[in-house]
Amino acid sequence: MSTPVLPKLVGTRVKRREDPRLIQGLGTYVDDIKIAGMQYLAFKRADISHGRITSIDTKAAAAMDGVEAVFTGKQLAEFLGPMPIGTPFPSPEHRAVAVDKICFVGEPVAVVVASDRYLARDAADAISVTYDQLPAVVDTELAMTGKPTVIHEKFPNNLAVPLIPSGTGVAPDGSKMDDTAINKAFADADVVISQRMVNHRLAPSAMEPRGVVAHYEPGKGTMTIWSSTQNPHILRTMIAGMNGMGEDKVRAIAPEVGGGFGAKINIYAEEYVAAAVSKRLGLPVKWAEDRSEAFVATIHGRDIIGYVDLAATRDGKVLGLKLRLIADIGAYNMLLTAAIPTLTMLMANATYDIPAVRATLTEVFTNKTPTDAYRGAGRPEATYFVERAMDMLARELKMDPAEVRRKNFIAKDKFPFHTQMGAVYDSGDYEKALDQALKNADWKGLLAQRDKMRADGRLVGIGLAMYVEVCGIGPSASLPTGGWEHAQVTVERDGHISATTGASPHGQGNETTFAQMIADQFSVPFEHVTILHGDTGVVKQGIGTFGSRSQAVGGTAMLMAGTKTKAKMAKFAAAMLEASEDDIVFENGRVFVKGAPAKGKSFAEIAGFAYIPVPLPAGLEPGLSEEAFFEPSNNTYPFGCHISMLEVDRDTGEPKLLRLVAVDDAGHLINPLIVEGQIHGGLAQGIGQAMIEEVVYNSDGQLVTGSFMDYALPRAIDFPRFELDSTVTPTPVNPLGAKGVGEAGTLGSTPSIVSAAVDALSQFGVKHIDMMLRPEKLWRIIHGSRQGSGQGGVA
Amino acid sequence: MAQVSITVNGKARKATVEPRLLLAHFLRDQLNLTGTHIGCDTSQCGACTVLIDGRSVKSCTMFAVQADGSQVTTVEGLARNGQLHPLQEGFWEEHGLQCGYCTPGMIMSAVNLLNEHPNPTEQQIREGIAGNFCRCTGYQHIVNAVQYAANKGGR
Repeated sequence: MSTPVLPKLVGTRVKRREDPRLIQGLGTYVDDIKIAGMQYLAFKRADISHGRITSIDTKAAAAMDGVEAVFTGKQLAEFLGPMPIGTPFPSPEHRAVAVDKICFVGEPVAVVVASDRYLARDAADAISVTYDQLPAVVDTELAMTGKPTVIHEKFPNNLAVPLIPSGTGVAPDGSKMDDTAINKAFADADVVISQRMVNHRLAPSAMEPRGVVAHYEPGKGTMTIWSSTQNPHILRTMIAGMNGMGEDKVRAIAPEVGGGFGAKINIYAEEYVAAAVSKRLGLPVKWAEDRSEAFVATIHGRDIIGYVDLAATRDGKVLGLKLRLIADIGAYNMLLTAAIPTLTMLMANATYDIPAVRATLTEVFTNKTPTDAYRGAGRPEATYFVERAMDMLARELKMDPAEVRRKNFIAKDKFPFHTQMGAVYDSGDYEKALDQALKNADWKGLLAQRDKMRADGRLVGIGLAMYVEVCGIGPSASLPTGGWEHAQVTVERDGHISATTGASPHGQGNETTFAQMIADQFSVPFEHVTILHGDTGVVKQGIGTFGSRSQAVGGTAMLMAGTKTKAKMAKFAAAMLEASEDDIVFENGRVFVKGAPAKGKSFAEIAGFAYIPVPLPAGLEPGLSEEAFFEPSNNTYPFGCHISMLEVDRDTGEPKLLRLVAVDDAGHLINPLIVEGQIHGGLAQGIGQAMIEEVVYNSDGQLVTGSFMDYALPRAIDFPRFELDSTVTPTPVNPLGAKGVGEAGTLGSTPSIVSAAVDALSQFGVKHIDMMLRPEKLWRIIHGSRQGSGQGGVA
Repeated sequence: MAQVSITVNGKARKATVEPRLLLAHFLRDQLNLTGTHIGCDTSQCGACTVLIDGRSVKSCTMFAVQADGSQVTTVEGLARNGQLHPLQEGFWEEHGLQCGYCTPGMIMSAVNLLNEHPNPTEQQIREGIAGNFCRCTGYQHIVNAVQYAANKGGR
């Protein structure tokens, strides 16, 4: 009888095993969960952006039949403390439900607990609140001068972070600054590009809004909390701490999670309130976010102004870069809020070997929804500022944008490369990615095509951007939670393998990719491996999924745990087969002594012996279940090149993306199909930012884009077919050589599109256009200029 | 309260509902058919799309009472005799989903699309699903999934 040969799965396009349940509507998301006796929460939210609460009347709400309880912020404060943050920056007190002051539209002022979701909403509507309004702080740079007012009295001029310097000549702790090198760079320059750029505010908009079910069981003194979260273990820690419970008494579960994009890293007011209220009342409670709530109550992303100065020689060699960053973080610090813009500083070196780089960061409070991590989280902003400046330099010097980049790349033999910003880039070959992208786009042909279209009177442009990002986060020094991941691999009694990971997915397909790795490692059928995740009652330890870390960190932990379990299994096999463990071979679901496959054992046979070891081999404990923590020595730094071709309609100003060519290097790929999906999604969000998405507040601090009627989420008709390719430069910081790919798409696409738009409209004298590319804005460039002047003539 | 008789996935259902109860909540909360998702409150996202008498409808735009007497098909009713619908198969084959939240509505819209255009062009597919948001995929693999189903003659 011949054993079927198992295919190697790592590196192949394995179809996702998550899909069968999801395509049949059989997944279980938070709002699908029901518990007997469960009550529904609804929040009364502030409809002003800044002011003091003068009165709250909850009597009518409390009197409604079916309303279990109503809590104001003051009442909640008796049993729920201020919300913690995860960064060392100073922070104003932030209550889950406002006690006396409102700092942004949508801030909760009271919560209703009722037997039905409609009733809960009715009761919330029946609460009446009066306010003493204060001037709204909306304009970021005006806010820095303390005008029109100061939001948090302990933060003069609304400065959450007054100024952090970083880069060339700056001591690591920021205490000393030597300006010699940066001043010399600018003194020696033939050209200096200076531009204020805005990387505007976005709404992350996972299709599943947030939701939470909290179930405190008074008899056991335990709490189970289901939440649409990216990191159940962090949730467990925070919920335990806020409720005076041990982590051993709290079980946090991330069931099916309908997208996160960074916004579901945070532990939010509603999660703290649900847990505290459940404990207070001894009842299970559910809160399901509406989309209109999501726009105000879930964090926003980006919102950084960059003043960029780039110094270069006449032939395009960059001598120095200054980046003055002003981040509008909204009303409060959330879990990682203050740390996100520091990643923009960290990545200011981009893909270039720049002799002197100086960045400064100021963070500002305004009366808006707080910002925090949104796909890319600080790195797209850095890429945008630097790549737009590089493009402006190329235009100023009349050089090919690709050649300006090539001239300044960090050479491939210089890795690991210590940047001026203190990052250590692990590996890279930027020229290879650039060349591949130029080839795939047929760069020369593309330029000729553009010129031909222009000759026909069309407004067509091409843009190119390089990117490098920091992923696989990271060593413990870089995260308040610790920067490792955990896994446990168990060969069950029947020989099947179950494995747990702390990397809790929300669409990334870890159940598939991790099973591919384990199936290969043990040489067992894919169907015999199950990956468990997202439940602290099942997964002993974990950090979670963010910073494109699942594969690089979580995948490596998985591999390490597998290695340990396999080694132990080899010992049992050696005892059974009376051989040395060094001679044991795992192949096609069988375990045998090298050269003697016929006398091998099945997994079930060896597992059977490991769990009923009679006699127990010397030096062994029963069982086949080993765990591992993996902490990388460094982050990973994936990179790539994105090229866009865009046309602007002369009559309407409407931009249309014609092509997007992407070459991404994420190191070794476990499942290229899933990687493609990740890159597509990232590109879509990067394109969305450049072209149609924008969170807008009016001067009263009211959110103008408070629903999908007004916030333009990209649709299928907004995109061309993406043209993908990859280069492979493995990372040395983990044995997989995998760098991470979740965020890459958002980095290069955005500046490449804006550069394409500038190129398309360059005949009208425009050098920079702030995103997003609103047709009106482009129309004004076309028709407001001398050449355009309503004639539609080509300059 | 109002009485409704609605046939859902081939099964006759009678229920007493509040007149204001959205069809989406009726399906999810009363019938426990939680495959129909809710992703917005302004009828933009399409996560709640179902078929009513064979045509795609966003079930958050309708009250349950308005569906009285009609035939409703949800994603749970798409597979037949344990056999995936060609569109479901297409979404699996072509990696047409990541988080899966928009997927049921996306698939139901695509059913309607293929009913109207059995051999759609790429542009027809993109327009046909323009009432459904996906934040994960950038739509390319969804387009491929619909093409896959169309090529299999799947409706």
